[in-house]
Amino acid sequence: MSEQEVKNLEEIFEQKIARDEKIEPKDWMPEKYRKTHIRQMSQHAHSEIIGMLPEGNWITRAPSLRRKVALLAKVQDEAGHGLYLYSACETLGISREELYEQLHTGKAKYSSIFNYPTVTWADMGAIGWLVDGAAIINQVPLCSTSFGPYARAMVRVCKEESFHQRQGYEIMLTLCRGSEEQKQMAQDALNRWWWPSLMMLGPTDDASTHTEQSMKWKLKRKTNDELRQQFIDQTIPQADILGLTIPDKDLKWNEETGHYDFGEINWDEFWQVVKGHGPCNKERLQTRVDAWENGAWVRDAAMAYSEKKAAKKVQKAS
Amino acid sequence: MQKDILIKYILGIADNSLILGQRLGELTGHGPTLEVDIAMTNISLDLFGQVRSYFQYTAQLSEEDKTEDDFAFLRKEREYINVLLVEQPNRDFGYTIARQFLFDHFHFLFLNELQNSKDKTLVAIAKKSLKEVSYHRRFSSDWIKRLGDGTEESKRKIQIAINDLWRFTEELFHQTNADVEAIKEGIGIDTDKIKAKYLENVSEVLAEAMLEKPDLKFFQEGGKKGIHSEHMGYLLNDMQYMQRTYPGMKW
Amino acid sequence: MSDNKKNWPLWEVFVRSKNGLEHRHFGSLHAADEEMALENARDVYTRRSEGVSIWVVQSKNITASNPEENGEMFEPAADKVYRHPTFYDLPDEVKHM
Repeated sequence: MSEQEVKNLEEIFEQKIARDEKIEPKDWMPEKYRKTHIRQMSQHAHSEIIGMLPEGNWITRAPSLRRKVALLAKVQDEAGHGLYLYSACETLGISREELYEQLHTGKAKYSSIFNYPTVTWADMGAIGWLVDGAAIINQVPLCSTSFGPYARAMVRVCKEESFHQRQGYEIMLTLCRGSEEQKQMAQDALNRWWWPSLMMLGPTDDASTHTEQSMKWKLKRKTNDELRQQFIDQTIPQADILGLTIPDKDLKWNEETGHYDFGEINWDEFWQVVKGHGPCNKERLQTRVDAWENGAWVRDAAMAYSEKKAAKKVQKAS
Repeated sequence: MQKDILIKYILGIADNSLILGQRLGELTGHGPTLEVDIAMTNISLDLFGQVRSYFQYTAQLSEEDKTEDDFAFLRKEREYINVLLVEQPNRDFGYTIARQFLFDHFHFLFLNELQNSKDKTLVAIAKKSLKEVSYHRRFSSDWIKRLGDGTEESKRKIQIAINDLWRFTEELFHQTNADVEAIKEGIGIDTDKIKAKYLENVSEVLAEAMLEKPDLKFFQEGGKKGIHSEHMGYLLNDMQYMQRTYPGMKW
Repeated sequence: MSDNKKNWPLWEVFVRSKNGLEHRHFGSLHAADEEMALENARDVYTRRSEGVSIWVVQSKNITASNPEENGEMFEPAADKVYRHPTFYDLPDEVKHM
């Protein structure tokens, strides 16, 4: 294809997206579109899978049967969401094994918030309330993103996630209506998860490299800073209901803007965690690598069995 | 029938599901593939669902003001009466599947009989659980075949697990005093009656999986009397962590 | 252990959400054989009572049309307006036809 031909195709492609038409896997697409989508969808998938671990840490210790089944179902949903997203990636011609390889070798990134430890039961509440809350803000606009398989996966994810945040908030509510010790446990969890949750919405707009292109392709509908503001504005009244204090002394309602002003985010910490030096980066990755490697003989056995069975079928038929 | 004996009888059923569900819950996030991870969590959720039905019933029967969680979380190790089989650890996927397989086949036959109990609540729980357990049995039996007739390595591993766990199968059929009482009343299940069928079903799958049925003379028991393996204390440490650290709180 | 590592193939999952409706494409998954594909589909895609019937088919067995040929494949149908009821003029007095 000549350069001019590619340019024409690209133009037609961009117009299609501007008209809100979806792109499907076998359609022509610019190489950059393909690569960007593999990167973003796989990061998203990895985040779901790594995200199972901090909450999985409390399944065996959940304090009631009701809480235990809810937590199990939630963590299981995360596995499902990872699966949907890996599948969406696979429509672009990359296998799940290749994607795992990228994760396991540290080449691929995932949401840095999952590199923080879950140290008390209240962390299950804080994660559901804050982390899922921030995730929903990120994810809902993706239901109408331009790449068909991604949009469809996100519709399913958002539908299933609707119970996740409620699950977390209910845990917080129960703690805040409980004993003084429980309320302190809830406050402590909020103190530890608040800032990482704000960071989760991504670097500030001036430091974010992908925003403009992503907006065009509808991988993003709002900038990181807009999403962050939306998250803060909607979360503070929820904290008030709980009777908890947001750990930010600069937090203040701004009559003029109609939004909350908030304090400086520690971006050094963010980049440190992104680069692999958070409290649990090593453990999270190692756990995934172990699960994959320990499962190798199981996967091989199932394939060998299936091949033997297929061979027997052929034998019978002939 | 005396309520405390009926409660004891139900705990003998429920504790198996509770402890096995707890063991499976350890694996969420660690499965050999995402699909298998999700499947095993489903089994765990089924088992905890059953546990809740049983314990809500015992709570209702109890003279004291008790909840389902009191039964699940507030007993001492000696008061749990699950069989030794279900508390055995997840040494590897082979052990997990072998444990599941050996229990599912028992569980299925047991619930099938429990549908004829004179206790209407138990009948209702049995009917609902039986559908779940039919699927568990299918899942674990299929995996026994895949591992048994898969690679050299998988055959070796699953055979070791079956051999190792076989010593706990005899206890599935033991009867406590409460069991004997419940059977007399037409509420409980006479496990003697399902033993032959159990061995037949299990043997059939093992044969199809090209695995040897262990030939064992000595079996282990104790769980049903509350005398557990050394693994049990650690399992309870996790399970009861919150209740022990923060007594008397609601979560 | 086998030297030539083979990964579990990809399957497409179709679910009928209730009788009377068609099977609809729900997504995909990996499985080593068809039983496992069905079981995995049940565990992954019908956890919230989404279905009463499942089809699975290995993705490689699906033959798909090529979007680059969409012109010749689909556009010729666009001007065959006589296939649609609105093509035909009837007086208003004729109702329900």
